[in-house]
Amino acid sequence: MSETILRVENLTMHYTTRAGIVSAVDDVSFTLDEGESLGLVGESGCGKTSVANSLLKLLADNAVIKGGQIRFKGTDFVPLSEEEMRPYRWRNISMVFQAAMNSLNPVYRVGDQIIEALETHLGLYSHAQARQRVTELFTMVGLDPALMDQYPHEYSGGMRQRAVIAMALSCNPDLVIADEPTTALDVIVQDALLRQLKTLQEMIGMSMIYISHDIAVIAEVSDRIGVMYAGKLVELASADEIFHHPVHPYTVALMSAFPSVTGPKRELQTLAGEPPNLLYPPSGCRFHPRCPFATEICRQQEPEFKDHGGGHYAACWHPQEVTV
Amino acid sequence: MTSSEALVRVEGLRKLFPLNAGFLRAPTSFIHAVDGLDFAIAPGESLGLVGESGSGKTTTGKLLVRLLDITAGHVFMQFDGQVLDVARLQRSDSKTFRRKVQMIFQDPYESLNPRRTIFDTIAEPLQVQNIGNVLDQQERVAELLNLVGLSPPSTYLFRFPHELSGGQRQRVAIARALVINPAFVIADEPTSMLDVSIRTSIMQLMQNLGTQLGVTYLYITHDLAVARYMSTRLAVMYLGKIVEMGATEEVLQRPQHPYTKALLSAVPVPDPRWTRTPVEIKGGISKPIDPVPRCRFYDRCPLAAKVCEDNDHPPLEDKGSEHYVACYRV
Repeated sequence: MSETILRVENLTMHYTTRAGIVSAVDDVSFTLDEGESLGLVGESGCGKTSVANSLLKLLADNAVIKGGQIRFKGTDFVPLSEEEMRPYRWRNISMVFQAAMNSLNPVYRVGDQIIEALETHLGLYSHAQARQRVTELFTMVGLDPALMDQYPHEYSGGMRQRAVIAMALSCNPDLVIADEPTTALDVIVQDALLRQLKTLQEMIGMSMIYISHDIAVIAEVSDRIGVMYAGKLVELASADEIFHHPVHPYTVALMSAFPSVTGPKRELQTLAGEPPNLLYPPSGCRFHPRCPFATEICRQQEPEFKDHGGGHYAACWHPQEVTV
Repeated sequence: MTSSEALVRVEGLRKLFPLNAGFLRAPTSFIHAVDGLDFAIAPGESLGLVGESGSGKTTTGKLLVRLLDITAGHVFMQFDGQVLDVARLQRSDSKTFRRKVQMIFQDPYESLNPRRTIFDTIAEPLQVQNIGNVLDQQERVAELLNLVGLSPPSTYLFRFPHELSGGQRQRVAIARALVINPAFVIADEPTSMLDVSIRTSIMQLMQNLGTQLGVTYLYITHDLAVARYMSTRLAVMYLGKIVEMGATEEVLQRPQHPYTKALLSAVPVPDPRWTRTPVEIKGGISKPIDPVPRCRFYDRCPLAAKVCEDNDHPPLEDKGSEHYVACYRV
């Protein structure tokens, strides 16, 4: 059994807005083992990106962590100051953002931007050593090292995203958080990138948190999957369990609403209603207004996030027994 | 389908975009965005047009509604026995054309005017076409809002787009497209901005309304899984050309063109137990700038041979049961 490197407990994060308090992340708990890949899936506004940003405390000015713990190798990040957080960023935990174009500076050569990351976080490199390291990184992510002296606009979308991944891997982090890294890409490019990412993750033995709205992409890269809805983690289990024995009605709905090109053509199920406004989250279970199984208790009391057997966690008063 | 039955018949459709053109300077090269398309759509059918970004699918859609001028070729549309050539549309025919052909766009945040109420937005086509008085229009708009599932209509009529969610806005866009009873609707990625749980209901709404109101669709999407549910026939585009076309399930279950095969094997499958066949092609889609006369897919194709390089792009050939493939090697 490998070691647990990240333990998130009862994480709660709020945004203060003019309209009121938005509870974007509410009482979220999960763990991540060394070398494990965890997928976080959910629709826009469900809090998956907020969870990712909270882990590194890369928060907007109006965001506050209201409670809980983020224990990385034993250290709780929540009470740490910006100054104390800095050594962990990039060296231990790095991030790949969705818009590769926006995470690269258009006026610097791509290679120099990676060298800057190396110098800032590791410090000890001579220029020749740094270029050597960039060459290694480019080869790892499948880019021609000769491209390191070019500018981001000379790269295609897929190449930029590879460069951003190279930057994320530059300091040999223990954990990489990838937030929708392939969403803007075409399927063929996405496919190549996903394979590369999965290979690298297994080769280096790093842990990964992969965030996406696309359950098919999540299925490809994750060992375990967490499903988020309206700021809550509603279900967490192995990929196989989530896809074949989902317990939470929202997960069931998500699975049966998703079209696939393979297998027999199933009828797609629709889920009535829309996700709630988190300024005024529903009472009890946040999914109850859209849930076909909701009863009185769902309206009144929040269900506990508990183990339904074999490490399959879900927060639901009426867990389903489905085989998909 | 004989040509007289088709609602839409496209022949040799081309669109070239000039590059490096300036004042008194002729363009030196062209992007061949759409390069010689031939297809027909039967009434009541839904043709899915799929491809990667840059394949020319959106340009095709825009040419069919005349949002862009056609460089060469014909687009014949037949409404109530009258045949129009969209490429040479007479001024007198343009009102009929606009009444019969409508478009639904990708982004409901961009396609609705933020300063117009939902009523104004949906009633505009009626006003432009001078259909009914204000009371008739109100009744018609209310009817449409009910149809697209925004009920009771009175709660939506005088609201503005910013008060609605993405799914509700797309419903408004659908209502606007259908308010004048069009015969042909071009939908350009209408669900790609929407979340999964909202997407399915919009897909079903479009299908139900299509059947109910007898609308023929051209459904443009990059998502093969969505196309599977939204179209009866499928055309796969690559760099301005249709490379494969046939009944949707036929194309998806028995793809023949190497590009379609690659595209299909690259689609992630929502099942961790499924192992996909590896994609055989390399690189990304390029730009069709002054393409050399050979197969457009030559440089990425695992089957590429001399015949593909020596000849111009292969024609679409019927490989049996109206399954068309443009490839020398199949």
